[in-house]
Amino acid sequence: METTAVEYVVFALCAVIVLAGAFGVIWFRNPVQAALSLVATLFGVAVLFLNMNAQFLAAVQVIVYTGAIVVLILFVIMLLGVDVEEDLEEEPLVGQRVIALVIAAGVAGLVVAGVTLGGADLVSGARSVTGSIVDDVSNIEQIGRLLFTEYVFALEITAVLLTIAVIAAVVMSRRPSEVEPLPAENASMEPPEPMEPEAEEVFD
Amino acid sequence: MRSIDAGYLVLAAILFSIGAFGLLVRRNPLVMLMCVELMLNAVNLTFVAFGMMLGDLAGQVTVLFVLVVAAAEVVVGLGIVVAMARRRPGATADDIRVLRG
Repeated sequence: METTAVEYVVFALCAVIVLAGAFGVIWFRNPVQAALSLVATLFGVAVLFLNMNAQFLAAVQVIVYTGAIVVLILFVIMLLGVDVEEDLEEEPLVGQRVIALVIAAGVAGLVVAGVTLGGADLVSGARSVTGSIVDDVSNIEQIGRLLFTEYVFALEITAVLLTIAVIAAVVMSRRPSEVEPLPAENASMEPPEPMEPEAEEVFD
Repeated sequence: MRSIDAGYLVLAAILFSIGAFGLLVRRNPLVMLMCVELMLNAVNLTFVAFGMMLGDLAGQVTVLFVLVVAAAEVVVGLGIVVAMARRRPGATADDIRVLRG
């Protein structure tokens, strides 16, 4: 399969968008801005999926990630009113950022070195073990067939996992009848505001 | 291997490292969850790239399962964040230790 010039241009543009969005996530102090730059990254990854002929995954990426996950995160930010700006100037642990930078640069350096030094030997596994990509059958049809034949048990377990997650979310975010605010441990932390009884009745 | 394939893998490696750095540095639990999403996306990109190189659909099917697990992880993580923020507003990741019994 030959690489066309369009593929390179799309890859370069999306790489810039993805990396800029990722930097935005860790750079912005306000969680809302971080969530919005996460959207940019996820869209860039979706277009990269399209570039690699994974049309179904590109659609699922946009629907599930940007449509559900990021909206859920934004809802929690708005609901809790926790969009306070984080003070990025002070370093809570001594040397935390330096060590984190070393770890991140080490991971990136090792993988990039492996990819560039590996060359043609990088992909040496058996080709097309489970299902080969056929060009004249649509991507979603091939994935669907594979999901309901080869991976049907994994699919069932996925359904169980989603059910467990939904139940867990309901249990954890349920408002208990009496909530005792935890005492603030140090003096700098403000004591939590007491709950208003009217608000509880609305949720019940 | 085409040169653009190496490009995908390098991009995914950099994206993964940015996510790991953010996860280690940021203290807001919501931003930490977003950084986990960045790392998962980097791995998804690698799965699809390797699947394309090998001409195999298993990479794309695996990404589908990773998406489901990511969704479940975010739901449970946000549940913990909501439960924690209700008891102590403005909580950071350091305050999660109050969860211990």
